[in-house]
Amino acid sequence: MMSVKSNKFQWTRKHLIGISDLSRQEIEFILDTAEGFEQISTRSIKKAPPLRGKVVVNMFFEDSTRTRNSFTLAANRLSADVIEFTKKSSSVSKGETLIDTARNLEAMGIDIVVIRHNAGGAPKLLTRSINACVVNAGDGFHEHPTQALLDVYTIRQARGSLEGLKIGIVGDIAHSRVARSDIYAMTKLGAEVILVGPPTLMPARVDELPVKVSHSLDAVIEELDVINMLRIQFERMGGNPFPSVREYSHFFGLTVDRMKRAKADITVMHPGPINRGLEIESEVADGPNSVILKQVANGLAVRMAVLFLVNQAATQESKEKQS
Amino acid sequence: MDILLNADQIAAAIDDLVNRIKSDIPADSDIAIIGIRSRGEILAQRLGGQLSDYFSDQILRGTLDITLYRDDLNEPKDTQPTVRSTEIEFDVSGKLILLVDDVLHTGRSVRAAMDALTDMGRPGAVRLAVLVDRGQHEYPISADYVGLQTIVDADKSVCVHFIETDQEDRVIVE
Repeated sequence: MMSVKSNKFQWTRKHLIGISDLSRQEIEFILDTAEGFEQISTRSIKKAPPLRGKVVVNMFFEDSTRTRNSFTLAANRLSADVIEFTKKSSSVSKGETLIDTARNLEAMGIDIVVIRHNAGGAPKLLTRSINACVVNAGDGFHEHPTQALLDVYTIRQARGSLEGLKIGIVGDIAHSRVARSDIYAMTKLGAEVILVGPPTLMPARVDELPVKVSHSLDAVIEELDVINMLRIQFERMGGNPFPSVREYSHFFGLTVDRMKRAKADITVMHPGPINRGLEIESEVADGPNSVILKQVANGLAVRMAVLFLVNQAATQESKEKQS
Repeated sequence: MDILLNADQIAAAIDDLVNRIKSDIPADSDIAIIGIRSRGEILAQRLGGQLSDYFSDQILRGTLDITLYRDDLNEPKDTQPTVRSTEIEFDVSGKLILLVDDVLHTGRSVRAAMDALTDMGRPGAVRLAVLVDRGQHEYPISADYVGLQTIVDADKSVCVHFIETDQEDRVIVE
């Protein structure tokens, strides 16, 4: 098959802060680029040279397994050198500010900063004080753009396109930066998004988002093409957003019984880590409709594409500065 | 704009390539034809079509995207390179790889293609077939099978148009 794509589109962003900034064309360009990176992970030498000689810093101020390892592996597969930075083992524990830490790292000659921070807006702040590319790996309750990109990549792979799909995002929307980025990415690509969860787990000003809201999973399960089960983030919750774990699971868990009422080809997603038996039953998470592990594999290709593209934009910018 | 080859001359050049490949490579060879995106892919399809009764009907074919292996990736340039997918669904190790591109110029694309290939395995041998060798090589690379050997001034570019992507078969110099 010949795939002729237009060469006219130019990627110009040296930072990836959030999906809300991106146009539909930009999102689709990242997904198309990611397709070219998928095969690197399947061949005998799982490495290609485009970031050879570049340095990527993983600055993680919050715990993470999937995202952090995925970014590290993505950078390695593009032949970049990676510095792993954690809050505990750094001068941040001595009181150094975020910007000072980043400037010091930059003085060593880094090219890309991948940052996860518990304060929303931290990646954006960084772009104003350093020259390196900044990629947001999750900031507070704000955005987690690469998770949303890998989610829409996985849906596109499973369903061909997002146009006209009904997608349910279920659970703890209020504390979820994934949900926020997903909403932007999915609606920009033409899907209809329904947020499902108890009122206590809905974000403030939900009526301003381009979504429908339902407080009953049973009321909407039959019409969904895709269902994204979010993790209940106990570590971020103050107070008691629901009376008991058992009650939450009864009303909002994706159980085998509930799956019987869903469309036969419904695509089941979860950003991980899973609370098995709470938001999703094991039989469903490991069942034939689940693409949960595909999401993880695709995350690698999407992150390679993002690192590649921001570096290309930085290369281009250096030319414009010279001339 | 000069026309280097018209549609009939392209067909004749491809016939010529096919005949030389047949006389050079034994029919029982463990061969695979790999085109370099994007015009090399089309030339590879045409060569593969004409060679399939000589080698075998199931002659292995693939497409190589060399963007990630370009030596100018971290140099600023006028047009941004686009990454596309490589489609090689077989193990290249031990095989005779017939690498196909439309134009041989500096040799840099071929260098990139060979690096990309060897990251997938260890081919038994690699041969290069091109429609046009326009001279001005910058790397010590030459083609084994050439449709048209010519010299084109360094400030001109050779553009191969194929019906599949450009609605016409024509090779021009601009």
